[in-house]
Amino acid sequence: MSMDRRKFLKIAGLSTLIGLSGKGAFELLKPGTVEAEMAHEAEGHGHEHHEESAGPKVRWAMLIDIKALTKEKAEKIRETCHFLHNVPNWPDKKNEIKWIWEDEYEHAFTDSYNEYDEILKGMPFLLMCNHCDNPPCVRVCPVQATFKRPDGIVAQDYHRCIGCRFCMAACPYGSRSFNWLDPRVQLKKEIAKGRKLNKRFPTRMRGVVEKCNFCVERLAEGKKPGCVEAAPDVMFFGNLADANSEVRKILRERISLRRKLELGTRPSVFYLI
Amino acid sequence: MYDRGKVIAGLVIFSIIFLFPFLYNHGSASPQPKPSLDTPAIKALSQKKCVEDKQFMITTHMQFLNDWRDQALRDGNRWYVNKEGKKVWISLQNTCLKCHSNKKEFCDKCHNYAAVDPYCWDCHYDPNGSKL
Repeated sequence: MSMDRRKFLKIAGLSTLIGLSGKGAFELLKPGTVEAEMAHEAEGHGHEHHEESAGPKVRWAMLIDIKALTKEKAEKIRETCHFLHNVPNWPDKKNEIKWIWEDEYEHAFTDSYNEYDEILKGMPFLLMCNHCDNPPCVRVCPVQATFKRPDGIVAQDYHRCIGCRFCMAACPYGSRSFNWLDPRVQLKKEIAKGRKLNKRFPTRMRGVVEKCNFCVERLAEGKKPGCVEAAPDVMFFGNLADANSEVRKILRERISLRRKLELGTRPSVFYLI
Repeated sequence: MYDRGKVIAGLVIFSIIFLFPFLYNHGSASPQPKPSLDTPAIKALSQKKCVEDKQFMITTHMQFLNDWRDQALRDGNRWYVNKEGKKVWISLQNTCLKCHSNKKEFCDKCHNYAAVDPYCWDCHYDPNGSKL
């Protein structure tokens, strides 16, 4: 290549000048945009910080009184929930869809399981979505089909879900179920056998993940979640952000457990013991 | 040209097959569907009016329902205020289909005619019908 030193220096100098005056060039072409963008960015971050320190006004939480829970009540709660949300009862375990289910202490508290605790060992535990403050399922969802609402409910948008099941892998509580088969096939079979459909609530389709939604559709109507209505002496639902709420009062008086706290998900389902 | 006979015969057969659907259906256009608004709930209304005016609903119901969906589900806002200032509860199954209790006549007729298959009905269903 034929370029003398003089020409090279000229080009290099000119390029540096253009590079250095990048912002200046923007100012000439679109005055004000760079400043506006920068201010917007700073404002956005500032706003986030402000919200975090003030905290949300509503933070829904569920309290389950393990001492008051019996097998019969657990079954009634499960049936009510699964009726309200048209959850099919697949006979084959591998297709199972569960929003709320019963399990033992050993499986519910794998982290803090104490084999000498004869009291807890005999008790039935009701497990459900913990509606975590720091939900790992939301972080991994590639399409934002699952998201955290301002009131703390981890919602699932079936219109968006692509069925990748990342959320199922991320959830440490096994709270999510995948529709391997069309849920309507099983629902139709059960309807033929006398099952009732909740006509106010839709079904799901094949290929989406579903879970407990804290009865968000009932909360919108000013009602309490179905499980609380089914067993008001076992389940308590309320606002954790309000220091004078019923749930906060109970939490002050009773000892409570939360599942897998060491993971930092900050669950909002409490087990009263 | 080699194999002239075979090539021409092949072309003729191809064009007959290709044109067959057009020729077969020529002159038999199916009539434009007129969705029925005749339901007991609508009959009982004193003022027969949807959430917004009829023309808006006909032309924009797809975007409108998408907006409703996002508002209810993503923003948690279940109230819609229409152009007249009237509040409406946002719900496909519990608001729309309450009046339009004839999904087969009201929804499916036009959708079938236009050959569109909205995925609403994968999960939502007509609460008035006996079947899922």
